[in-house]
Amino acid sequence: MFQFSVVNQWIDEFLRTYLSEGWTLLVEFVLVALLVLTAYAVLALLLIYIERKICAFFQCRIGPNRVGPFGILQSVADMIKILLKEIIRINKVDPFLFRLACFLVIIASLCTFGALPFDGGLHAIDFNIGVFYLLAVSSLGVVGILLAGWSSNNKYTMIGAMRSGAQLISYELSCGLSLLSIVILSGTMQLSQIVEQQSDLWFIFKGHVPAFIAFVIYLIAGHAETNRGPFDLPEAESELTAGYHTEYSGIQFGFFYLAEYLNMFIIAAIAATMFLGGWMPLHIPGWDRINEIMDYIPPVIWFFGKTFFCVFMALWVRWAFPRLRIDQLLALEWKILLPIGLINILLMTLLVIL
Amino acid sequence: MTTLISDLFTRFPYASFESKGNEYSLTVPPEKLYETASILKKNELVSFDFLCDIIGMDYGDSLGLIYRLNASAYPAYTLALKTSTGERENPRIDSVIDLWDSADLYEREAHDFLGIVFTGNPDMRRLFLRQDWKGYPLRKDYDASPEANPIPLENEKIEDMETLPVIDLNSDRKIEPEKLFEAGEYVVNFGPQHPATHGVLHLRVALDGEIITKIDPNFGYIHRGIEKMCEAYTYPQMLHLTDRMDYVSGPINRHGLCLAIEKGLELEVPERAQYIRTIIDELSRIASHLLGWGCMAMDMGSITAFVYGMRDREKIMDIIEETCGGRLMANYNVIGGVMADIHPDFQKKVKDFIPYMRKMLKEHHLLFTGNPIARGRMDGVGYLSKEKAISLGATGPTGRASGWRNDIRKIEPYAAYGKVAFDEMLREDGMTFDRYIIRLDEIKESLHIIEQLIDTIPEGAYAAKTKAIIRVPEGEYFSRVENARGEFGVYINSRGDKYPYRVKFRSPSMTLVNTLKAIAVGTKVADLIMLGGSLDYVVPCIDR
Repeated sequence: MFQFSVVNQWIDEFLRTYLSEGWTLLVEFVLVALLVLTAYAVLALLLIYIERKICAFFQCRIGPNRVGPFGILQSVADMIKILLKEIIRINKVDPFLFRLACFLVIIASLCTFGALPFDGGLHAIDFNIGVFYLLAVSSLGVVGILLAGWSSNNKYTMIGAMRSGAQLISYELSCGLSLLSIVILSGTMQLSQIVEQQSDLWFIFKGHVPAFIAFVIYLIAGHAETNRGPFDLPEAESELTAGYHTEYSGIQFGFFYLAEYLNMFIIAAIAATMFLGGWMPLHIPGWDRINEIMDYIPPVIWFFGKTFFCVFMALWVRWAFPRLRIDQLLALEWKILLPIGLINILLMTLLVIL
Repeated sequence: MTTLISDLFTRFPYASFESKGNEYSLTVPPEKLYETASILKKNELVSFDFLCDIIGMDYGDSLGLIYRLNASAYPAYTLALKTSTGERENPRIDSVIDLWDSADLYEREAHDFLGIVFTGNPDMRRLFLRQDWKGYPLRKDYDASPEANPIPLENEKIEDMETLPVIDLNSDRKIEPEKLFEAGEYVVNFGPQHPATHGVLHLRVALDGEIITKIDPNFGYIHRGIEKMCEAYTYPQMLHLTDRMDYVSGPINRHGLCLAIEKGLELEVPERAQYIRTIIDELSRIASHLLGWGCMAMDMGSITAFVYGMRDREKIMDIIEETCGGRLMANYNVIGGVMADIHPDFQKKVKDFIPYMRKMLKEHHLLFTGNPIARGRMDGVGYLSKEKAISLGATGPTGRASGWRNDIRKIEPYAAYGKVAFDEMLREDGMTFDRYIIRLDEIKESLHIIEQLIDTIPEGAYAAKTKAIIRVPEGEYFSRVENARGEFGVYINSRGDKYPYRVKFRSPSMTLVNTLKAIAVGTKVADLIMLGGSLDYVVPCIDR
């Protein structure tokens, strides 16, 4: 099984032969940051293209097909366009908070993205409180959304931001509870260890029914956290034109857009890591031949395969369902998902103890 | 019915009475108007509970009003309650707003265009024009010169829009102008540019959190003055304007106007033209319902459903394009028939379309009707009782979803509707879901109608011969057709000229916006948008 840690060690040794300790670290930090930023941007472009194509197939259309073969360069063209667009100055906004908001959203999303384990070695930072960190940082984005809605000085954005606040804080609970049940099962919050523990069987199979319930709850709650699909109330375009980012233009809007797509990826990636084994190939105890064959497929492909499977589920829901109303949205969380999540944790604990 | 009406009319010794077929007319002096209207509404013999339209008239020497009344128990009979006042400076008529809810907007319209003040109606703002407009456009002595009303360089002030003007009954008493919204209310503008107002409708909505406390619709953003334009157009020229009113079911509107003119000319329309007109009407009804269904789904956040609706509508647009030449503006009906004969492929394509659409309807139900989120959203919201629907004049699918039989195709079978068997779709509950599902049911029924006609289109001329210059004999002519949204009425007053003296269109959409105002208060923002979609109004039809 090829792992990226080999490459990492080779680069590290190579740098150390020429540079001192401090300079080596600095160069490595810069390299990692560049890599993460590039991956972030490229993934966003890829996701936008994928979403547009899949959505087109759902809607009996062709989707982007003019720029490049099969329209694959369409999102590149869109990126160049959005970079060149004018940022319109809005009267009567709070300029500092207005500009800060889009950065907060994208920083929260980037920080979460950086902590994902793409492969054994492709892991920017491996905390011993990885799960806790992911949950904490990803919920920072709501501050940006609230600020955007508040500082725009617009009634639509204000309603959008209030909806968003209520929604994200509510669904954060279910997200946390469902991840907590996996933490109970694995006994650790370190992402690398969680993935290693799934080398014999993925947690969704290992954890029996409680893990499956947790997986479903996480998909629903996570989907709600990305403000998409039937949960897109904060930006409900038929009600609030564009919700909290109505007043944004140019790359400021682009930041919200990027963060939305990457949040979808991040949620899918966390689901893949926690429940579907992350970069770990499918290993079934006792079936050694199959396990060997599975090992030939590189772990990066496993990781992205599982993640895009979850992304596809999100898109499927997004383009098939109408939007919920705010009271139904909150009722779904507080009356259905949260009680089930709490009982599920109890079940999982019993399962681990017995 | 005839005896009932004659019995009723004995109660109005001061009125003069005429009848022509099923159309009755009653002329009363203005001071007796409210009393008469009140008896007509509240009597025990035959209650005229549906105010179809109020037509404002300038007869030259006097200003007149024609109230078109219907009794929902006897829908085939119509009554025109007429009154006129010689007072041109300060004309006052008693408002009938407490008898019929639909009177609200109609009275404001008559006030806007003719300057008649309705005492008792608290809201005497202008409906379509700016509040600072000078003159009353439908009066015959109106000064249309640009100097009288220069093009304004500033937006209309929002304070002017929401200030109710004071009608000084006693000039010695000074009353402060009343504001519609209080200072502390959280008022949001939905429109004129908004993704879900189906055109340029401006809804001022007061919110308490997410809950709607007050709605004030503002019209007139795309008002083109079609009724005024008609007065300067010859009859064949006028026809083109009707396609541009309710543009998603244009051919039906045009059919209505043609019927009124043909009634005046006493023109016999060839059988073939009748059949073709009926088929084209039903095709455009299906197209319109598909768009309405898709838009409602999109208002609820399901964009895929919208694309599905548009995909199937495209097939109809192709068929209409081949035969009529136009897609959205079919321009197909003419006085005495249709513009051109059907395309050789027309019958084949329509016959291919019928099974296709039946198959696709199942898909539409699968995608949206059975969806638990969609059902949850529509459940328990937007109840419209039958009495309220009649009082508001919410005709068409909206009224039928509340159990009100108002299908003009059944009441007064025009064109080839008398020759086909079809059911009037009727539901009892009057909820949002009923208004939703009734449109899909009507598509099914329209397919059934087309199926019966498409193979039996008789041979013959597709249009009757008309004179080069059409002069409609002196008189008043009403016609009504069943538009995709409700009753589309046409009133023509001719003085024997080649131009009409006055034309009035009854728009089904205007009362639907009033219905929205009645049913959406107390619901949430998301419901307001959904209810708008379920009523399926088209704004250019309101802003004629």
